[in-house]
Amino acid sequence: MNLELKGICKTFGNEEKGRILPVLEDIHYTVGEGRFVSIVGLSGCGKTTLLRIIAGLEKATKGEILFGGNKIDYGKNLIGLVFQEYALFPWRTTIQNIQIGLEILGMPKKERLSAAMEYVNAFGLSGFENSYPHELSGGMQQRVAIARTLIVKPRLVLMDEPFGSLDSLTRNELQEFLLQLWEKRRESIIFVTHNVDEAVFLSDEIVVLSKRPARIAKLFKVDAPRPRDPTSQESNAIKRVVLQELAEQKMHQGRTSPQDNFQTTQS
Amino acid sequence: MASQIPKNNLERYLLPLLLLLVWQGLCYLRIIPSHLLPSPANILFGFKDLLLIGMPPEHLLYKHMLYSLYRVALGFLTAAFLAIPLGLLMGWSARLRRLISPLMEVVRPIPPLAWIPIAILWFGIGIKSAAFIIFLGAFFPILLNTIAGVVSINPIYLETAQTLNAKEKDVFLKVLLPGSLPSIFVGMRIGVGIGWMTLVAAEFTGVKEGYGLGYMIMTARDIQRPDEIMAGMLVIGLIGLLINTGLKACESLIIRWK
Repeated sequence: MNLELKGICKTFGNEEKGRILPVLEDIHYTVGEGRFVSIVGLSGCGKTTLLRIIAGLEKATKGEILFGGNKIDYGKNLIGLVFQEYALFPWRTTIQNIQIGLEILGMPKKERLSAAMEYVNAFGLSGFENSYPHELSGGMQQRVAIARTLIVKPRLVLMDEPFGSLDSLTRNELQEFLLQLWEKRRESIIFVTHNVDEAVFLSDEIVVLSKRPARIAKLFKVDAPRPRDPTSQESNAIKRVVLQELAEQKMHQGRTSPQDNFQTTQS
Repeated sequence: MASQIPKNNLERYLLPLLLLLVWQGLCYLRIIPSHLLPSPANILFGFKDLLLIGMPPEHLLYKHMLYSLYRVALGFLTAAFLAIPLGLLMGWSARLRRLISPLMEVVRPIPPLAWIPIAILWFGIGIKSAAFIIFLGAFFPILLNTIAGVVSINPIYLETAQTLNAKEKDVFLKVLLPGSLPSIFVGMRIGVGIGWMTLVAAEFTGVKEGYGLGYMIMTARDIQRPDEIMAGMLVIGLIGLLINTGLKACESLIIRWK
């Protein structure tokens, strides 16, 4: 199923009080079925807002979102969301966190436990199924969070800088893990990131958003064959043009803030 | 390292022991008159009398304790039973908070003891009015802490539940209740503490016969037995400590994620 964004606009604030902040302006974009799309842009440009609108956590001021040609039915677990902060329930163990979506669906206890156990094993979490989140490393917590999202079988997975707070080794490990999952399952993925290397390594398409109010500044298709070598000439060539586009956006912005230094590190 | 543990323990008890010795000494030398403050040894004998003879005679200590505990349990459990669900609802709905808060803020500062006359008018003298007073003392700390617990839950958990299609029932049982449980326990510990303190005072005035630690102490005063008064006070303190310790144990049993 394709996700179609049709003229999404978002304005924060109250028009009557005259204090309005336009965040998104006329976003048109289609995410093809099974595609891996990354969104990059200056910090504070509205990437997260766009993701929250698609997830149904916020309403667009204008515009329409279609999924498979219809208005999205948020009651069907078609769209999953993974937060940067993992957002695991601290009062639930690994396996209890993973199975909460099934619990909400009303699946009988035995079935959901065995389903959750499969995810525990597939996600390299065996031995930690009865640990509480604070007993797990950041990388493991994010695995649990991804498993919790995927177990209800969404067709589109939204990820908001999911690896942003991990160290670079764990980050690389989870990137490869995510790709393995995706190659098997083929959900569509929209992946918000600050890290251009990450976007180039993972995605079929990279969307660069403009400064606020965000429009789609440029679209890059990444055709390099998988598995990709992050240090290859091909990867570097894409990286260069994406970074150039971001630098241009930054110039437009006039004022710069220290968070806008894009990572072009490692790998 | 190992030798430090007993030494530290000894230090903990050093000051109380010294105090007891000085107290005993001052009483022995008649510097403190025994009708005002009995010596520790006398209090111990008073405790023995409460235990074996009773105050008034044949009303034994353990029965006073059981009656008092029963009243507190009744008042406290009713308070928790009503305050926790109401607190969850009020924490969840800002509208309900706006609706109820003004009323609550007027009723809350009225000391539970000030309710005694009206409680006796409503329920008569006896278990019901005592339990009602304790209920009032325990209700507000539990309610306020439950509300605070819900309000302070990180919204990201609610959003996570929302993206997993949680219905309102799921949100209450799987997010709001466990998320506010630590705060609810704080409220229960404060509530039961206030309830216990209120009880004895309620029994001073509310119980004219039968059993109850407050009633026992008042009877000891009527017949001039300061040793039994002090022993009764000590029993009240120790039971309060025990209740608190018990609740803490429950807490660490239920809240295993901290």
